[in-house]
Amino acid sequence: MSAETDLEELRRGTDLVKRGFAQMQKGGVIMDVVDPEQARIAEEAGAVAVMALEAVPADIRKRGGVARMADPADVEEIVDSVSIPVMGKSRIGHTKEAQILEAVGVDMIDESEVLTPADDAYHIDKRDFTAPFVCGARNLGEALRRIEEGAAMIRTKGEAGTGDVNQAVHHQRTIKGEIRRLEGMSFEEREAYAREIEAPAELVHETPEMGRLPVVNFAAGGIATPADAALMMHHECDGIFVGSGIFGAENPPVMGEAIVEAVNNWDDPEALAEISKNLGKGMKGDANVDLSEEEKMQGRGV
Amino acid sequence: MSLVAGVVAVQGDVEEHASAIERTAESRGYEVDVREIRESGIVPACDLLAMPGGESTTISRLVHSEGIAPEIVAHVEAGKPLLATCAGLIVASRDAADDRVDELELIDVTVERNAFGRQKDSFEAPLSVDGLADEDPYPAVFIRAPAIEAVGSADVLASWDGRPVAVRDGPVVATAFHPELTPDSRVHGLAFFDNEAAFVPSLENTVR
Repeated sequence: MSAETDLEELRRGTDLVKRGFAQMQKGGVIMDVVDPEQARIAEEAGAVAVMALEAVPADIRKRGGVARMADPADVEEIVDSVSIPVMGKSRIGHTKEAQILEAVGVDMIDESEVLTPADDAYHIDKRDFTAPFVCGARNLGEALRRIEEGAAMIRTKGEAGTGDVNQAVHHQRTIKGEIRRLEGMSFEEREAYAREIEAPAELVHETPEMGRLPVVNFAAGGIATPADAALMMHHECDGIFVGSGIFGAENPPVMGEAIVEAVNNWDDPEALAEISKNLGKGMKGDANVDLSEEEKMQGRGV
Repeated sequence: MSLVAGVVAVQGDVEEHASAIERTAESRGYEVDVREIRESGIVPACDLLAMPGGESTTISRLVHSEGIAPEIVAHVEAGKPLLATCAGLIVASRDAADDRVDELELIDVTVERNAFGRQKDSFEAPLSVDGLADEDPYPAVFIRAPAIEAVGSADVLASWDGRPVAVRDGPVVATAFHPELTPDSRVHGLAFFDNEAAFVPSLENTVR
C-alpha cells in the first residue's frame, strides 16, 4: 500500500474519533475560564481542558437577561493561550452558534442549559458536526436522546452556578438507578421502558449490556470543593466539570490543584483530608432549595 | 500462567487499556490481573505496564506528585515491557519540547504535541505498522495526536504523512495513535509478548 492511498483513506469526525476525544478526558477536571490568564492558571493546576465562557454560571445567574455564546474573538484568544483542549458553550438548539464555535477551532461544544435556549423543542443535530458535543441530562431518557442526536459525552446538569452539589448527585443517582433497573428487565420490558422514557429502543438495549451510558459520563453543576468532586467520582462519574467553583474561590490556583488531586484520590479518605486542608474560602453559592422554579436552569432542554 | 499488568490510571482512557490487555493476554492463553495505578507501590509487582492516552500535562504532573514516575523508570530499566500511547508517548519521551511536561526520558525521541492539529483535525486511517502479527493495515485512531520529530536510538515502526507515529526503544513500544480504542489487539501483542528486547518476569522459565 502506498503512502498516498493511506492519506486518501483518512476519515475525520467519525463517532470513534468524537467519542475517543471524550474518552481521553476521563479521570480529569474541566474548568470554566473567562480569559487567557484563567486558562493558563487552569492548565497549570492540571485541568484536562478548559471551558471558555464570557461569564461563569454564578455570574450569569446574578446578571440575568439573555445568556449567549461568548465573543468568538475571546474564545480564540483562549484557544491560542493553552495547549490543552478548549471547549465552548452554545445555546440549546442554536446550530449557528455551534458552527461558529467549530469554525473558531474549539475541541468540544457544550450545548448548554446554562445559556438561554434558542429552540424550545429541538436540540442541535450534532451528527452533522466534525466537533464532538457534550450535553447535560437529568435522567436516562434525556441522556439517550442526546446520544441519539450525536452527543459524544453526557454530563449531569446539576444546578449550575449554585455551588450546591445536591442536584448533580440527584441526576447521577437517577441515571445509574435507571440503568440498574434496565439490567433486570426482559427484552419486552425494555421496549416498553424505552417508550415510557421517550428514548431510542436501540440505545435502551445497549446501555444495560454495557452497564453504563454508551458514552463518557461527567459530573457538572454545583461542584465547589475537592470533596464534592470526590463524591461525584464515588457515584461513578468519569470526570468532573467545575464551573464557578474554582475562579469563584478565594485562591483559584490552590483550589484548582486540590480538585485535580481529589479526583485522582477519590477513594482515599486520608489523602482527601490532606488535599482539603487550608484551601481558603470556597465560592459562596446559593443552596438549590432557595431557588424558585424559574431560577433553575436544569429544566431547560429536556 | 498468570500475569500482573498495570495501567497508569492518574488520568485518561484507563478502562480501554485494561480491556485491551485482558483481550490480548487471553488470546495468548494467559490469565491476567490488571491493576489501576493511581499511587506509588503498585508498579514494582507488575510484569507489564501501559501508559494511556489523556492530557500529557495532567498525567505528567500526577505521575510525579504521586511518586509513580521513578517506579515506571525502574520498570523499564529492568527490561520489562511498557506500551505508551499518545499522551503516554509524550510523557515517556526524552523531549516533549514543552516546559509543561516533565518527561520520563524512556524513549529516545523528540515529540511535537498536537502535531496534526486540534480535535477537528483528528482522524482514523489504516496504517502499516512493522512487527505486527500479520501485514494487514492497523486501524489507527489519532486524537489531537503528537508526532515524533526526531528519532535517536529508537526504531520507527510506522509513519503517517512522512512523520514517525510508532516507535520501539528497547522494552518500550510507543504510538501517537490509540490501539486501545479498537478491538484489534496486535499492537498490545507486539508491545507485551512479541518484543524480544523486553522480558516478562512471570513468563520466564515457562514454555511459550
